[in-house]
Amino acid sequence: MYNQTVARLTYKALLGRRRALILFALPLLLLIVAGTVRATTGMDDEVTRELLGGFAMATMVPLIGVVAGTGAIGPEIDDGSVVYLLAKPLRRSSIIFTKLLVAIAVTVVFSAVPTLLAGYLLNGNSQQIAVAYAVAAAVASVAYSALFLLLGTVSRHAVVIGLVYALIWEALFGSMVSGARELSVQQWALSLAQKVAGSGAGITSDVGLTTGLTLLLVATVGGTWYASRRLRTLTLAGEE
Amino acid sequence: MSTLHIDRTSRWFGNVVAVNDITMDITPGVTGLLGPNGAGKSTLINMLGGFLPPSTGSVTLDSTPIWRNQEAYKEIGLVPEREGMYDFLTGWDFVLANAELHRLPDPAAAARKALATVEMEQAQDRKIATYSKGMRQRVKMASALVHDPSVLLLDEPFNGMDPRQRMQLMELLRRMGDEGRTVLFSSHILEEVEQLASHIEVVVAGRHAASGDFRKIRRLMTDRPHRYLVRSSDDRLLASALIADASTAGIELDYSEKALRIQAVDFGRFTEVLPRLAREHGIRLYTVSPSDESLESVFSYLVAA
Ligand SMILES: Nc1ncnc2c1ncn2[C@@H]1O[C@H](COP(=O)(O)OP(=O)(O)OP(=O)(O)O)[C@@H](O)[C@H]1O
Ligand SMILES: [Mg+2]
Repeated sequence: MYNQTVARLTYKALLGRRRALILFALPLLLLIVAGTVRATTGMDDEVTRELLGGFAMATMVPLIGVVAGTGAIGPEIDDGSVVYLLAKPLRRSSIIFTKLLVAIAVTVVFSAVPTLLAGYLLNGNSQQIAVAYAVAAAVASVAYSALFLLLGTVSRHAVVIGLVYALIWEALFGSMVSGARELSVQQWALSLAQKVAGSGAGITSDVGLTTGLTLLLVATVGGTWYASRRLRTLTLAGEE
Repeated sequence: MSTLHIDRTSRWFGNVVAVNDITMDITPGVTGLLGPNGAGKSTLINMLGGFLPPSTGSVTLDSTPIWRNQEAYKEIGLVPEREGMYDFLTGWDFVLANAELHRLPDPAAAARKALATVEMEQAQDRKIATYSKGMRQRVKMASALVHDPSVLLLDEPFNGMDPRQRMQLMELLRRMGDEGRTVLFSSHILEEVEQLASHIEVVVAGRHAASGDFRKIRRLMTDRPHRYLVRSSDDRLLASALIADASTAGIELDYSEKALRIQAVDFGRFTEVLPRLAREHGIRLYTVSPSDESLESVFSYLVAA
């Protein structure tokens, strides 16, 4: 299923474009803020939770997910270069599967790993808060990658739609409107963080663990399946 | 040896009929797909390349359908019209990646050979982003040739090329045709198609207008009455003088245009007779324009025939 060449092309496309700057900028920002907080206020579980929950999980992970997920296929479809992948005796599902793995790897490296580092920096993983958020970021990375990869195959405006979702739904709306919170990758992933950290840490989710994990799985598998389907019937529109 | 079959195929987009009930076979050798802008050439090539399903009819390679059949790409090499092609790679990386995607036993050797075929070895280590239009076209060509396909589909391959690059690509395609490959390229320029294609398929407004070698197509285009639109200081007098001459087949006085519509039988003689008669009768010529010189009307003539 995994195709080395597709993966290489996708990595280069993701990390070689100007958009990739945001991949470096956000984690860097998180680490700088974490370092500053630690230096000025010392270790504080409350602050750690706020920074990792409020910024890393709510903003950084979805944004990195948008950049990696849509960037793994969207630009290729936009500029037509995807033809060179499609005009090969290669299964469409293997193209999608490979691109999904690349998007997941990039999202985990640029969001879950910095989350873990920032957590250790902030409170030395007291009450498992750093690990809990990092695990949540990692599973969220998987679901975001699948969903945004699908978005990249569906719409030319994938980045914009993805950003709207990430910034408005996940970061703003999700923290205010309770109905929206149950339909949020962030909340699903937090159900796992809550479990990992234990009750004293104060990490909460709006959905139970079983529901959260089930929805993550459904979103990932469903998104990947539908993206393969889209690619199989992708038509080449002439210039309009 | 491979043959592409297009059988009673139509393709529409909403209520635009891009390809209208076309039946044709593309056999080994070089075939030119000729037609004006919007004729349906790209739509046909996209269907042949498996990137568009026909609305009705069938498009097959030998006897297997091409749409949703990725195995067909073992036989097909594609040179798309669009420019997008992984600009951040070098020419070498790009062609090598194409060879790997075909799962060739020795991708590096295949890439080397393909780049040599299009004479791009010197520039192969530069990023594609730095290439000229002609170089891009040649690298696209190399990527299409890398698996030694028996069918080559090229959409407007000469677009934007300078004369020398054009010559080189023509040479290459001719060679591919001579080797027994089925080469189909599209163009809206008659001269281009004539120079290269041993067989021409003309498409106009989605319909299959004509088919044959270039002599036949030329004959269809030239053995027709030439039409001119003429305005002068005395249209009636000019008309009566012209109709007396054998070079003129018919004249119509177009009141709304305030002009003469003239059908000439003998093109050479007509262009010589018209100014002479005007001078003899003291008539001043204001406008003499061929009313159907444009390719568009040449083709619409072909469709009507
Ligand atoms: N994806 C699409 N959606 C709607 N209409 C389309 C689409 N693709 C092509 N058409 C229409 O179908 C007709 C044929 O287009 P096509 O691109 O096949 O022509 P063409 O012969 O390749 O023209 P050109 O020389 O300009 O490349 C045109 O009227 C075009 O507007
Ligand atoms: Mg075209």
